[in-house]
Amino acid sequence: MRVILTLLLLFASPALADSSLPPARWANEQLPDPAQEARAKALMEELRCLVCQGQSIADSNAELAGDMRALVRQRIAAGESPDQVRAWLIERYGDWVSYRPPVEPLTWPLWAAPLLLVLAGAWLLRKRLVRRRG
Amino acid sequence: MNRLTRFLPLFILFAFVGAVAWRLSSPADEKIQSKMIGRAVPAFTLASAVPGKPGLSSKDLASGSPRMVNVFASWCVPCIAEAPLLAELKARGVAIDAIAVRDRPEDVAQFLAERGDPFMRIGADPESRAQLALGSSGVPETFIIDGKGVIRYQHMGPIEPGDVSALIKQWEEAR
Amino acid sequence: MIAEAGLAALWLAAALAALQLALACGLGGEQGKSIRAVRAVAVAQGLITLLAFAALIELFLRSDMSVLLVAENSHSRKPWLYKFAGTWGNHEGSMLLWVTVLAVAGAIVALFERRLDHKTLGASLGAQASLALGFFAFLLIASNPFERLDPAPLDGRGLNPLLQDPGLAFHPPTLYLGYVGLSVAFSLAVGGLIRGNVGPAIARAMRPWVLGAWVLLTLGITAGSYWAYYELGWGGWWFWDPVENASLMPWLAATALLHSVNVLAGRGGLRAWTMMLALVAFSMSMIGTFLVRSGILTSVHSFAVDPLRGTFILALLALYIGAALALFGLRIAHVKEGAPFEIVSREGGLVANNLLLSVILGIVFVGTLYPLVAEALSGEKLSVGPPYFNSVASPLALVLAALMLIAPQLKWRRDAKPILPRLAPGLLVATAVLIGTILLAPGIGILPRFGLMIGAALLPASLLPLVGRSLRRTPLPIWGMALAHFGVAVAILGMASDSAFTQEKLTAARPGDRVEIGPWLVEFRQVLPLAGPNWTALEAELRASRGSGVAVLRPQSRYFVDPPTTTNEAAIDTSWNGQLYAVLGEPSDQGRWQLRLWWKPFVTLIWLGGFLIALGGSLALLGRVFRRRSHGFYRAEASE
Repeated sequence: MRVILTLLLLFASPALADSSLPPARWANEQLPDPAQEARAKALMEELRCLVCQGQSIADSNAELAGDMRALVRQRIAAGESPDQVRAWLIERYGDWVSYRPPVEPLTWPLWAAPLLLVLAGAWLLRKRLVRRRG
Repeated sequence: MNRLTRFLPLFILFAFVGAVAWRLSSPADEKIQSKMIGRAVPAFTLASAVPGKPGLSSKDLASGSPRMVNVFASWCVPCIAEAPLLAELKARGVAIDAIAVRDRPEDVAQFLAERGDPFMRIGADPESRAQLALGSSGVPETFIIDGKGVIRYQHMGPIEPGDVSALIKQWEEAR
Repeated sequence: MIAEAGLAALWLAAALAALQLALACGLGGEQGKSIRAVRAVAVAQGLITLLAFAALIELFLRSDMSVLLVAENSHSRKPWLYKFAGTWGNHEGSMLLWVTVLAVAGAIVALFERRLDHKTLGASLGAQASLALGFFAFLLIASNPFERLDPAPLDGRGLNPLLQDPGLAFHPPTLYLGYVGLSVAFSLAVGGLIRGNVGPAIARAMRPWVLGAWVLLTLGITAGSYWAYYELGWGGWWFWDPVENASLMPWLAATALLHSVNVLAGRGGLRAWTMMLALVAFSMSMIGTFLVRSGILTSVHSFAVDPLRGTFILALLALYIGAALALFGLRIAHVKEGAPFEIVSREGGLVANNLLLSVILGIVFVGTLYPLVAEALSGEKLSVGPPYFNSVASPLALVLAALMLIAPQLKWRRDAKPILPRLAPGLLVATAVLIGTILLAPGIGILPRFGLMIGAALLPASLLPLVGRSLRRTPLPIWGMALAHFGVAVAILGMASDSAFTQEKLTAARPGDRVEIGPWLVEFRQVLPLAGPNWTALEAELRASRGSGVAVLRPQSRYFVDPPTTTNEAAIDTSWNGQLYAVLGEPSDQGRWQLRLWWKPFVTLIWLGGFLIALGGSLALLGRVFRRRSHGFYRAEASE
């Protein structure tokens, strides 16, 4: 059932129909420099598709996702760092567009959660455990 | 185990139910608003989308008086519905430019011939660059930019009859 | 007729559940007589619910279009297997499956649980009945599967080709059996807390259910991951999507519970933690079902989005989990804990295991819900995805795996022998892999490198508990443990290898072009049109060769007319050391075709590992269920 809808959402024509233009050149072409392509690919996997139901732009067939991939590749090829490209997009669409949540007061609990949970668990167990003797 | 610890999971449940109940009562708005509202229009230059009409650049949008920018495409179905309302806005004195996203000149020309042409300038945006720069996430969307080139308002989706007065009001405030 | 009979059966079963609850509540007084009544009613409830479910299956198999559910989800021309599976391929049918498993599980406990004292059993059956009641109410009031459609259409809506896949036939039932199987652990914990009887007896009653449910969940999640990987064409096997997380959380709780319940059964320790985990595991099942059906979280996988039904389930959830957690808070102080143990001991290892699994569960829970809470409190929208989960949960999972190198070999209560000699084989392998990867693959990330090290070290280490034993007389549960831990090592190796060594090539190729990827030279031969029963396709022919071997891959772009959909059928070639994965994309200009190729070394180890884990669990379950004597295997071991 999940896959039906997954596939339907991926491949069914969106209500607004598709343009007749082909995808942008850099939407589906890898950068010639493997290191740059690796950085671009890693960034694409962390950017959220604006018109999809929860996919990264790397995984989406949507046209706007393709245009965003082209944007990422061109900027990386021009020498920008992935963080700069990410920041540019966040400036336009907010933190929502990045799957990597920012580190700011609003998300401190999120990033601190693992450590806090470990400490809480250890504290709960303090009476259960006895230090090793000898 | 003291009282706090024993009932901690229950407190967590209350927080969860509270958060979820909030979401059920005010469903998520799927639209992603542009964060560029209140900021200067980013620099861009677009070639003309249709022969006979000038292209659009960000300099045209800081001309001293407010301008409305309609992001549309010939293949966009709701854009057909909003065309008469754009004509009405133009008749009421609103200056409208357009960005045609992922479009061919002949298709844009046909769209304008069939649905009317309220635009002064139309820029061609074949790879959605200007659209992304503005923080727009789909078509159609309409922006109001004041005389100093600051983005003042974003309307997402097609303009409906009920939106016209709100748009005029925003237009007046942008003067 | 059948539909009305099915509906009547549902009402009857609901009434029986109410009766069961009433009888269980009245069990305070007499002993033997009342428990027989409760048992009988529970068995009847299970049978009648099964009848209701059978009725729905009959309606689907016969394509009775006068039933709304069948008309909306089925079609007379569907192959019979997919008519059958279509019964649960929709919201109402899957909820009926949920309730059927709940009722039948209760019936099985009522029939076969003979060791637990009657008052505790009665309280547990009462808890199970109250769970069933709420979900019966949900079905009868808000999700009636037997609603009629008048006038009946000539044929149904559901010829959707995407529905016709064997994966869809078996994936949901496996998962549901797992999720709802955990309800027995929940009910037993509630019963034990009510009676103040939280000890080895409850753990022994719970254990086969926890094992069985966990095995099914492991299989269901593994199969789901492979199916998504195979069908969706982006080469990924896990995205930390909210629906995926909703299925993972019960599994994490069940894994912790399964380890904990062994300690309680054999040693009498970890009482509070085991009860809490038993409550949490099924709570996570209920929360998961709620998240997926209410539509409050955006997901590629969500189905049956209906906020009204979501609210109903939320109310049920709040009631059940709230009552259970309140009960825990009130009664746990009366439970005597077992003797304390040293950190370096088998108990210590299991406690660390529980702690780490619970922390990972907490992280997945927090991460999945954080965008919701953040938006509720601040109005800001944010996304929490793989970058968060991978950077935070994966290291903890690796720590847990490293713990597995030594913990199963520790003695109970206190292990004073030096650890290092026992860790030595694992450490040696890990060091060898570290050096090997630094020399041969310096560019891979830290996490995949550690994954390779720990996975490789765990391969022999997981089998160490079998060393020095008479293999024929080793109890099945120990074989099961070794195999399951071995499976974990295999899966970790697969994940690390996929992360470190996958290569991807995107090209716009003309027929005749050659592409190199990994050890392969792939020749794009041609694209031919093809027709199927209800689709047309363009199929590319790719010949991939390396050294001696040649593989032919035929990825397709498939077009269905009714409804108009395009799907990508990926072509996969599986060899001993990896998979070559090909997807055909759009034609670009000048007669070129978009091709997407992946070379994924050892990626199949991920799902092979999952299968081995489930197999190990099954061995342990067999060993428990068919054991004649009732002493715990840990006690036998302690005397060695």
